[in-house]
Amino acid sequence: MRFLYFFVRRFLHSIFVLLGLSVVIYVISRIVPGDPARMAVGYQAPQWVVNNMREYMHLNDTIPVQFFYWLRSALSGDLGISLLTRRPVIDDIRQVFPATLELALYAGLIMAIGGIMLGTLSAHHKDKWVDNVVRVFAYMGIVTPAFVFGIVFTLVFGFWLNWLPTIGRISPDLTSPPVVTGLMTVDSLLAGKPLIFIDAVKHLLMPSIALAMAGLSQGARITRATMSDNLGKDYIAAERALGIPERQVLWKFLLKPSLIPTVSILGLDIAAAIGNAFLLELIFSWPGVSRYGVRAMLAKDLNAISAVVLILGLAFVVVNICVDLVVGILDPRIRLSAQRNE
Amino acid sequence: MNKVATNKQNTLAISPEEIRKLAISSRIDMVRRGWYKFSRNTLSMVGLGTVLLIVFLAVFAPWVAPYPAHAGPFTDFAHAGEAPSSAHLFGTDMIGRDILSRVIFALRPALIMGVVVLGLVVPLGVFLGLVAGYAHGTWPDTVIMRITDIFIAVPALVLALAIASVLEPNLTNSMIAVSVMWWPWYTRLVYSLSSSLRNEDFVRSAELMGASNFHILFREILPNFWGPIFTKMSIDMGFVILLGASLSFVGLGEQPPKPGLGTMVAEGADHLPDQWWMVVFPALAIVIVVLGFNLLGDGLHDLLSEEKG
Repeated sequence: MRFLYFFVRRFLHSIFVLLGLSVVIYVISRIVPGDPARMAVGYQAPQWVVNNMREYMHLNDTIPVQFFYWLRSALSGDLGISLLTRRPVIDDIRQVFPATLELALYAGLIMAIGGIMLGTLSAHHKDKWVDNVVRVFAYMGIVTPAFVFGIVFTLVFGFWLNWLPTIGRISPDLTSPPVVTGLMTVDSLLAGKPLIFIDAVKHLLMPSIALAMAGLSQGARITRATMSDNLGKDYIAAERALGIPERQVLWKFLLKPSLIPTVSILGLDIAAAIGNAFLLELIFSWPGVSRYGVRAMLAKDLNAISAVVLILGLAFVVVNICVDLVVGILDPRIRLSAQRNE
Repeated sequence: MNKVATNKQNTLAISPEEIRKLAISSRIDMVRRGWYKFSRNTLSMVGLGTVLLIVFLAVFAPWVAPYPAHAGPFTDFAHAGEAPSSAHLFGTDMIGRDILSRVIFALRPALIMGVVVLGLVVPLGVFLGLVAGYAHGTWPDTVIMRITDIFIAVPALVLALAIASVLEPNLTNSMIAVSVMWWPWYTRLVYSLSSSLRNEDFVRSAELMGASNFHILFREILPNFWGPIFTKMSIDMGFVILLGASLSFVGLGEQPPKPGLGTMVAEGADHLPDQWWMVVFPALAIVIVVLGFNLLGDGLHDLLSEEKG
């Protein structure tokens, strides 16, 4: 019951944030110079067509009314027509979204598992060489931009060592499996084609690791810091004194409370990763939302730009709700304090 | 230290002039001790050295760079795409320009970006955070903090890209775009600090003495936060430059033929793997710049948090 209350509050807050975000996006799409109706119909169209288009796009109304119309159609899934592809933006997004989702999903997994494992390792061997190696690694992971990782990986593992493919989601000589979920790794398994699965994983490795590096490093640092703080606490000393095996102390009693800051920061890391996916999709010719978005941005395709920002904002909000839920499960204090505040 | 000791013996005979001198000497003493602590940490010193070097290179670029003319619309097809050699330490690009010179000149827009963005963002973000924190629980708090929620709810790079792209692509607009995304972090930082301070005795007594809101915000509350703000600024300097490089990687920063670190990496990426130096050196420069500011920021953090305890 308490948990439900916490969840509902969190959910309402997210709706508010999304509403605010759509205002911001609407403002951005209106600060661009030029007449949107003229842009939509093209430069050769006669004036009466432009006037009709203005009427159709509600451009003769006041800005708040325009925003209301825009929001109403956005809620019903109508995000307008892309100037670039001349198709409904929502169809374009539906087509490119799974590729980005797959990339982000694997990056998120690598981030969480890798970060927590490295951090635990580091805390366990505090101030020994393992710890130092992990700390230097994490530092470099944070200060290196994702696109630099992407390019260096391409150069080293793609070109010099020739281990991994550098572009696309699967090799061009393979036919992609029938689309069920849109996730190449899942679809290939559903179609019973292990070779395609292996190929898809190979294509995923470099971009998802490059994408995960920053979050992984951040996670490792925070896990290490909290864990080594907690290691000095009395309850750990008590458990050791009671003769509970070290392994059990570490994994059972130390890890769970130490994960809370890591998981909460993971939400922000995933946000950064969604942004960096923009650059990595360009580098790896990954047919996802971000590559679509960058092309829309360079062509000033406003409908597509707004849709991409809105979709990514939505994705981020969903991720953060999930993160808060996990933190709520890990840390009973947060659930309880959410209630006590009222 | 000696001065303090001797003066203490005759405190009764102390003049305002002497008090001022004492205050100055104790401040100098604090700085000296701080510097001693800071300089004992190798990594902090490496950070400081790197940052000083970067600033030096950027400021004196026309004199330091081996081929200053190559930072503009220069072509020399006879030396196009040459590997690193003694004449061109970092090699040359596809139209024969010296990469080292271009990297040195590209430090300029990078640093300008960091300084301008933080110069805009810190005063605004800190002011809003102070107001919201002091007005904790009332409507200015709600309005300001909910607005920061909205800006923090989108990945910075995505919205910055969107803003920079609907404007003309150039350095100024990329700075605007990054600034729009960056201020909420300072608001949040100062908010969390100031909302916990506003019930402290020194704030309460200032209120009782009838101090103005301006005085309480800027004279009583704000001076407590310079440590965390400076630390964050130093670290952020690196990350603003990183975000700027990401924007220029897509072509939304400094426009060619002027060199930008991100632009150079993007241009070089088309010539992998053969002309690897076109990518590797500008990329390395980005990493070193961000690393330098981070190490410096961590050093400041250690110094300032130790002093507190």
